[in-house]
Amino acid sequence: MQQPNKLSPFFENLNFERDDNTMVINFGPQHPSAHGQLRLVLELDGEQVVKAYPDIGYLHRGIEKMAENMTYNEFLPTTDRLDYIASTSNNYAYALAVEKLLGIEAPRRAQVIRTMLLELNRIISHLFFVATHALDVGAMSVFLYAFREREFAMDLMEDYCGARLTHSAVRIGGVPLDIPSDWMINVRKFCDTVDYELEHTYNALLEANRIWKMRLEDVGVISPENALSWGCTGPMLRGSGIPYDIRKEEPYELYSELNFDIPVADTNDSYGRYRLYMAEMKESTKLLRQLILKYDGTEPQLMAHAPQYISAPKEEIMTQNYALMQHFVLVTQGMRPPKGEVYVPTESPKGELGFYIKSEGEPYAYRLKCRAPSFFHTGLLQEILVGTYIADVVTIIGSTNIVFGEVDR
Amino acid sequence: MRKYIPKDSVQKKAYYTDRFHVVPSTPREDVSTDEVFAKQLEALSAKVEVLKAEIQLGAMVVEINHQDNFKALEILKEECGYAMLTEMSAVDYLAKDGNFEVFYQMLNLKEVKRMRLVMRIEQGLAVESVVPLYKSANFAEREMFDMFGIVSNNHPFMKRILMPDDWEGHPLLKTYPLQGDEFASWYEVDKIFGKDAREAIGPENRDQSKIERYDTKRFSRVGYEVPFGADISEGETETPIEYSKTFLVDYQKADGVKPAETRK
Amino acid sequence: MAQHQVNYASTGGLPIALTTVDHLVNWGRSNSLWPLTYGLACCAIEMMASGASRYDFDRMGTIFRASPRQSDVMILAGTLSKKHSEFARRLYDQMTEPKWVISMGSCANTGGMFNTYATVQGVDRIIPVDIYLPGCAPRPETLQYAMMMLQKKIRRESANMKNNTKQNLRLI
Repeated sequence: MQQPNKLSPFFENLNFERDDNTMVINFGPQHPSAHGQLRLVLELDGEQVVKAYPDIGYLHRGIEKMAENMTYNEFLPTTDRLDYIASTSNNYAYALAVEKLLGIEAPRRAQVIRTMLLELNRIISHLFFVATHALDVGAMSVFLYAFREREFAMDLMEDYCGARLTHSAVRIGGVPLDIPSDWMINVRKFCDTVDYELEHTYNALLEANRIWKMRLEDVGVISPENALSWGCTGPMLRGSGIPYDIRKEEPYELYSELNFDIPVADTNDSYGRYRLYMAEMKESTKLLRQLILKYDGTEPQLMAHAPQYISAPKEEIMTQNYALMQHFVLVTQGMRPPKGEVYVPTESPKGELGFYIKSEGEPYAYRLKCRAPSFFHTGLLQEILVGTYIADVVTIIGSTNIVFGEVDR
Repeated sequence: MRKYIPKDSVQKKAYYTDRFHVVPSTPREDVSTDEVFAKQLEALSAKVEVLKAEIQLGAMVVEINHQDNFKALEILKEECGYAMLTEMSAVDYLAKDGNFEVFYQMLNLKEVKRMRLVMRIEQGLAVESVVPLYKSANFAEREMFDMFGIVSNNHPFMKRILMPDDWEGHPLLKTYPLQGDEFASWYEVDKIFGKDAREAIGPENRDQSKIERYDTKRFSRVGYEVPFGADISEGETETPIEYSKTFLVDYQKADGVKPAETRK
Repeated sequence: MAQHQVNYASTGGLPIALTTVDHLVNWGRSNSLWPLTYGLACCAIEMMASGASRYDFDRMGTIFRASPRQSDVMILAGTLSKKHSEFARRLYDQMTEPKWVISMGSCANTGGMFNTYATVQGVDRIIPVDIYLPGCAPRPETLQYAMMMLQKKIRRESANMKNNTKQNLRLI
């Protein structure tokens, strides 16, 4: 009772009679380990990969074109869906780019809250990395443990902004909401939980595990020159020995005041990157603890004061006439930033996430380009998959931590 | 006569612009204010013609001719220490002066400096591929071709990357509508079922406020369940949504302003 | 004897036995729905979360299978782009009868917030859908509720696939 359609059986990809005896297989867009919609066309000689061609674009939604048709504030929830595992990092990168274009700065309390949300999102993303990487390699119980911690973190995000996954927790100019009363206590409890579990569950299960080490050591070796040439950033770059972290080198938000280290791996392989992610999670909990102390004593101002670009707080809109008028104009027509272009890099959990915004003074951006770290990491796959076994292909894809919302935009 | 709709840019435009509004510009500084940038600009302008250079919001922006892009990037890589090409794309200015503006965003890790190399290129011309220098341009140039139609010469694999291989049109051009042209709207139906299925499946619903009140095949009203496909319209015909229209009242005509009852 | 061919599969046979067979078969089918892992975008993360430790999907008897031949339900979670639509249809065709489809999230229902050139405006343009699940991204509990609704739907349908109205529904 199949419904009639034009699709014919698709056997062309499976070809056994090539001259050099290689087999072409399609690691298709639907695959449990493909981390989204990656289609890899692999040419195999026995079990070894001779050529790998990543075919992307299966999640292309036209986000950059949407930005040219929406006002700056309207576009913010769309940025959520880029790196959908740690949504606030994308929102923040976009908001920071627009703020730099406008030349405004968020108030202190908003900065504290934003940095806390960023670090919380970093932990969420790294937990997801551990979960899916372990699931792909075969350690399925780690998936369940990591998601347990992740649920606590998502509860925290839900307490703050109401959504578990696509947060939109940050606005251009600050944050819209203040934290609930017992949030800080829960954050501290969460930090304690993560520190404890990192040591007793994840490191106990995986770090000295013989099978884990055998599957991850010397797999996916990326030399530093290769990493630089391919535009790898973030954990991929630090996993190859280059100690560049945008939070330290080009600090934004409160990172210049906080005390944290940058873990760097020197083995260039997947095992080094795995340990790097674990160490980064520990650093994030350290950062969160410092930030909890910075919240007290800040003035209760959540959005920047720039009436030309940003609406007043809700109390003023509801009571003052001019605030209401300006808010109306900003919402219906949209704010008009100055003419110019800006590129602001931020350190998202996956790498360097940056937004290039070119404005012509219109309420809609003239061009918005999202520099997604996973796009370049997927390009890197063409080179490092050659010569590996097919079982290692899955490990390497997991280790590069790509998320397809970013790759395809 | 029908209203004139300019076709050179079908993106959304601001519906109201203040006649006296002067658009300010972001603060720009001269390159000589920063010594590192000044040295790099000197090294660059010694070999390549620099049309314009300035520092905008912390990053140096240098404009060159499009023929020199490979040479300029080589100088930046070898002499100025820009080890990473973080981003590369184009901006569509065809409506204004018939050019694209291609930009390369570079990062110098040792001195923590970012700069942007900008060049103007006409439609129909190709840029020289910089893949031998920076491998990250591999995917970035393919994306530029896919979205804008700017080909890169000597690229190892110049094919569409984000859109399907048989797609027609370059999506990020200003003349391409956001919701897609005719080809785009029937693409999946043609691919899977063939062109004959177009009437059976029907056009896409691009109206985000469309409501179907009497649809019982796809909506189950919890608490008021009816059998699948039952008719609940009770004889009413579905009236389409009427969006409000503004009525042009012609005050010049003798009886232009009509009293409220006779107006529809 | 050969003259006494009672056709148990049709309603002209012993009605009481057929109803029990219906119940039994539907009970088996609904309580062990094996989904096809079809996570496309953000909703896939919520689908994973619903299968993970807190909102356990295993208690409904679901095991996520990667092969279409071994699965019953196709949960389309996330935005279907036009490039991918061909493969989604192919996988739907490869699934064996009886099969059901749950469309999860706004992007799969109607194209969602992506009213653009590259998004299929609703998965039901190419695949017949049983349950639509709103949300962006819907909570894991919503997905489990949708699965329960699907189970209820399966139980009240006839077990005989020829009488099953949804499976007979031609898309075009």
